[in-house]
Amino acid sequence: MELLSNLALGFSVALTPWTLALAVGGAFIGTIIGALPGLGPSNGVAILIPLAFTFGLDATAALVLLTSVYYGAMYGGRISSILLNIPGDEPAMMTTLDGYPMARQGRAGDALVISGVASFVGAFLATIGLMLLAPILARVAYLFGPAEYFALYLLAFCTLGGIASKNQAKAALASCIGLGFAMIGLDNTTGMPRFTYGNLHLLDGVDFLVAIVGLFAIAEVFFFIESHGKESAIGVKLEKVTIPVRDILDSGWTMLRSSAIGFIAGVLPGAGASLGSFLAYVSEKSLARDKETFGQGNPRGVAAPEAGNNAAAGGALVPMLTLGVPGSGTTAVLLALLMTLNITPGPTLFTDRPEVVWGLIASLFIANIVLLVMNVPLVKIFVRVLTVPSWVLLPGVTMVSFVGIYSLSGSYFDLLMMVGFGVLGYFLRKLDVPTVPVILGILLGNAMEDNLRRAMVISDGDWVYLFSSPIAIGLWIFAIAGFVAPMFLRTLLKRPPQPATALPNDPD
Amino acid sequence: MTRSDRILGLVTVVAALAYLASAAQLETSFLSDPVGPRTFPYLIGAVALICGLVFLFRPDPDPEWPALKSWFSLAAAVVVLVLYAYALKPLGFLVPTAVTGAVLSYQISPRAVPALIAGASLSVGLFAVFKFLLGLSLFAFPRWLGWF
Repeated sequence: MELLSNLALGFSVALTPWTLALAVGGAFIGTIIGALPGLGPSNGVAILIPLAFTFGLDATAALVLLTSVYYGAMYGGRISSILLNIPGDEPAMMTTLDGYPMARQGRAGDALVISGVASFVGAFLATIGLMLLAPILARVAYLFGPAEYFALYLLAFCTLGGIASKNQAKAALASCIGLGFAMIGLDNTTGMPRFTYGNLHLLDGVDFLVAIVGLFAIAEVFFFIESHGKESAIGVKLEKVTIPVRDILDSGWTMLRSSAIGFIAGVLPGAGASLGSFLAYVSEKSLARDKETFGQGNPRGVAAPEAGNNAAAGGALVPMLTLGVPGSGTTAVLLALLMTLNITPGPTLFTDRPEVVWGLIASLFIANIVLLVMNVPLVKIFVRVLTVPSWVLLPGVTMVSFVGIYSLSGSYFDLLMMVGFGVLGYFLRKLDVPTVPVILGILLGNAMEDNLRRAMVISDGDWVYLFSSPIAIGLWIFAIAGFVAPMFLRTLLKRPPQPATALPNDPD
Repeated sequence: MTRSDRILGLVTVVAALAYLASAAQLETSFLSDPVGPRTFPYLIGAVALICGLVFLFRPDPDPEWPALKSWFSLAAAVVVLVLYAYALKPLGFLVPTAVTGAVLSYQISPRAVPALIAGASLSVGLFAVFKFLLGLSLFAFPRWLGWF
């Protein structure tokens, strides 16, 4: 009953014309961003966060807009995967395996519709999962004290970094860089400046929006400059789009199974959508009787990763909302948004700000339906977007980033820092140092330190206190396992089955 | 070749030592805080130091670095973006944006005319969207001109 009344509250928030318009607009913009090769959900949300503030949106509205962008970008990612064989981001990579071969066989329209429906099923089921699981997890999270939170943050760094990079030391370095930046500014406890070196601009600390936009958007521009915008034009033609009812019905079970797998992968902190789509594809292939047709344009090979990756996107919202620990790069960006809105994600969010949480959940349902409607009949509009050349698009992205950050603070210093983070992001990515842990470090650094210091105050400086409860010990074990396991599992995870045709560029 | 990672390792070690030295200079408070403002930075510095040593002794193969010409393009882009950051306030939106847009466009695809068109149209188009559609308080031209 409580669930229903909460949902009713959510829909009363989400069904106002204004919120509805934001959900539709966000879904539309998100799909376009996702469809553009090279730009994924994290970049999309990162570029739009500063703008969401300049609109003067309230917390619920901003959250609805940007999660719609997030869901939209997850949907849109499949378009460039299928038509260009270029995944917009890593999770969309598995869709190229069967999507592009289908497109080359003249079934681009079918592949787009099947993947659209699969995305819908995945995201819709994940939203139901989020609705059921999040309040339960929020109740568990009430048992968390400073020691548990410290261990939880550690877990987030270990697993997110572990999956994101081939080299554990580089993932650890990325976390250190982020945490190091977080220490800049006034110390929470003593009020003394730290690492500001007399610079007044640094007293407020490093704004994570500046860091996010720099690391994601500006760094992306540098990558395009390096490659001189080499990108393939659409190689396959999109004929009339019809609904392949048979294929959709055939892959019904595939979608359901993949959604479940994707959702679980999404809930695990750090694993995220890449793992979701990978596991969904691999398990579907291993279950199939016609294994040999996978990779050659099997519709189920399109349905599985799309359902998996969209379900993972919903699943990743569970730890983000209940524990304040993001399950993926994009949810890290959304976490930044919440914190900027003075909303502290965590168990109390569900009791203190139910309208935010349930409004969000309700608008996810709405965004999904909007996305299904947009992505099946209107898919041709999004396909046209792919023809925007990168020499117009990327300067545009830069300008939007500049104006967004500038309108937030009006300070040239933040813009300079953003460019600095862009350069840092370029070199880090070149050297295979993942950038998401950097963001996570800047986001969580202060909370992690506060919890450590609180734990030490409680225990009077006894470090054993950090391992004093079963939950804390469990989290430490998971953290260590999450850091060590990828060293052994990497060969398995990083070697997905190759597509029939080689990728034109590195999908990373 | 494994030079890139060795350089990264060296930079990391130096930066981590500098960070640790910097942390050691932090003033501690008289409040009874068993950990204090130095401990967490010490932990970060120590982990980073270990990472740096790992890169020095177990470097990954080099990534593919861009050709010299691309380095010039990248450097030019960085310079233009820095200048843009300084110019946006005193010179207004239109001119710096058009110039920056054109330069970035040219660096991505080196054709002068399309780049100029891209810069100019992005500048005017985005100004219209930001100013009139979204209602941001942007100035088109330097404020002392007294236009808008």
